[in-house]
Amino acid sequence: MNPDVPLRVPASASPDAAPASPVKRDRRSASHKLSRYLRPRASLSPREGWIISAVGVALFFALWIAVTSGGFIQPFFLPSPAAVATRLVSMLYTDGFLIDIWASAYRILGGFLIAAALAVPIGVLMGNFRFFQALFEPLFGAARYMPASAFIPLLIIWLGIDEGQKISVVFLGVFFPLTLMIADASSTVSKDIVNSAYTLGASSMQVFFRVLIPASTPAIVDALRITVGLAWTYVIVAELVGAQRGMGIAILQAQRFLLTDQVIAGIISVGVLGVITDVGFRIAHRRLFPYMY
Amino acid sequence: MARVVIDRVSIAFQSSEGVPRIAVAETNLDIADGDFVCLLGPSGCGKSTLLNVVGGLVCASTGVIMVDGREVVDPGPDRGMVFQNYSLYPWLTIRDNVEFGPKINGWPPERRRETSLDLLNLVGLREFASEYPKALSGGMRQRVAIARALAMEPKVLLMDEPFGALDAQTRSRMQELLLDIWARRKTTVLFVTHDIEEAIFLADRVLVMSAQPGQIMADFRIELPRPRSADIVASEEFTSYRRDVLHMLRH
Repeated sequence: MNPDVPLRVPASASPDAAPASPVKRDRRSASHKLSRYLRPRASLSPREGWIISAVGVALFFALWIAVTSGGFIQPFFLPSPAAVATRLVSMLYTDGFLIDIWASAYRILGGFLIAAALAVPIGVLMGNFRFFQALFEPLFGAARYMPASAFIPLLIIWLGIDEGQKISVVFLGVFFPLTLMIADASSTVSKDIVNSAYTLGASSMQVFFRVLIPASTPAIVDALRITVGLAWTYVIVAELVGAQRGMGIAILQAQRFLLTDQVIAGIISVGVLGVITDVGFRIAHRRLFPYMY
Repeated sequence: MARVVIDRVSIAFQSSEGVPRIAVAETNLDIADGDFVCLLGPSGCGKSTLLNVVGGLVCASTGVIMVDGREVVDPGPDRGMVFQNYSLYPWLTIRDNVEFGPKINGWPPERRRETSLDLLNLVGLREFASEYPKALSGGMRQRVAIARALAMEPKVLLMDEPFGALDAQTRSRMQELLLDIWARRKTTVLFVTHDIEEAIFLADRVLVMSAQPGQIMADFRIELPRPRSADIVASEEFTSYRRDVLHMLRH
């Protein structure tokens, strides 16, 4: 670090006092900038944020390219990004990978919607009524620690290996954590806004439907966003057994034929689709709850 | 006619060891209609608890509370409450926040609208009617909370350290605004604070509470002339009240 450059912010300044992104263009030296990046809780302009994110992704691919084209690893173990991209394109155009994607998306949609349809009311009841909390909490608390994938053998005995079994795995993987997250989101609504409604003459029903529900809805939608990620994980696990189509079985079959590039392309596709779902939820959140932004 | 009578009220909570903890020892209090009364005391002296009992949010262990001749059993719109953290509904616009009480009580839309616009004028926020609470500063949010509590035309306004989170200048302006509203509306006000100057500046009566168990130690009648403005704090009378109250608190 250049000792001649004065520290822009005195050492005593608390992180909270960190100035917002400077309006003027920062002409200070790179070392100075770096020291600002390393100050805890310091702010970052949106533009800087995007650039740093892009650098992170670029570094990952640079490393991947360096490792593969440098001949450090055989393509059989780790194919180059270009090989994976080419394979992905051919999967989409000639191998009917879109049908696999649709098959997986359909299972997620089914399992997730059923889980949400049950988890939202149960979670809201648990979060707002001690009675329902006492009734359900021990069961859900324990069920949360039972891995949904461990239920697969049982589900095969009960349901066979058709769609119902796969949707059930997604359902089990999502339902318990989602219910508990919704219960938590509902119970953290501030007591004061509930009390203020009571003092304005609201009945129990009015407090529930006009205060508790609208107050916890944004956090509930956030819980849905987080748990839909679990659905993407469990659908792949579910498809490893007895699926005709689906991203999970596409990955498994690629492994059987030692098509490493196809395995990686499949995994990356799952990641990309997960991110798209997440972004979709974030956009919906902004649209539904403009008062929060 | 909104006289508030607290008759042999005590409040105890069940502690984890099973021994009841007395939050407020037996208290008697008679507040005249239209009086502005401040409950002053250190944190944990039970002043907010006593306020919540009048509001009907906490049950007294013994005794009765009468507001306007009716016993308090649960919360109701005749006792409007204002909390320290504003407690506005973030998903409703400012106007809808103020109209919340009228709406759930089934007022017709025209009357609701008239009331909310009147009140937003009163607290000087008419032009913010269609904003969400997030867009407002702390002082403005608390003005909305006051307007919301006043919408139901309460007989008593219960305020729990309403200006505690505000900066000194905003707080001073809010105190003047509150006195102005009180002079127009003539509601009885029970105001909880731990700020001696705030209590003396606002009140007709300052009730000084002590902790463990919470009880009222002293009852000062503040005879400062009204209307009061912020410079009154520099007057000799004010200083003398402050000295007396401080002496009680340090006692």
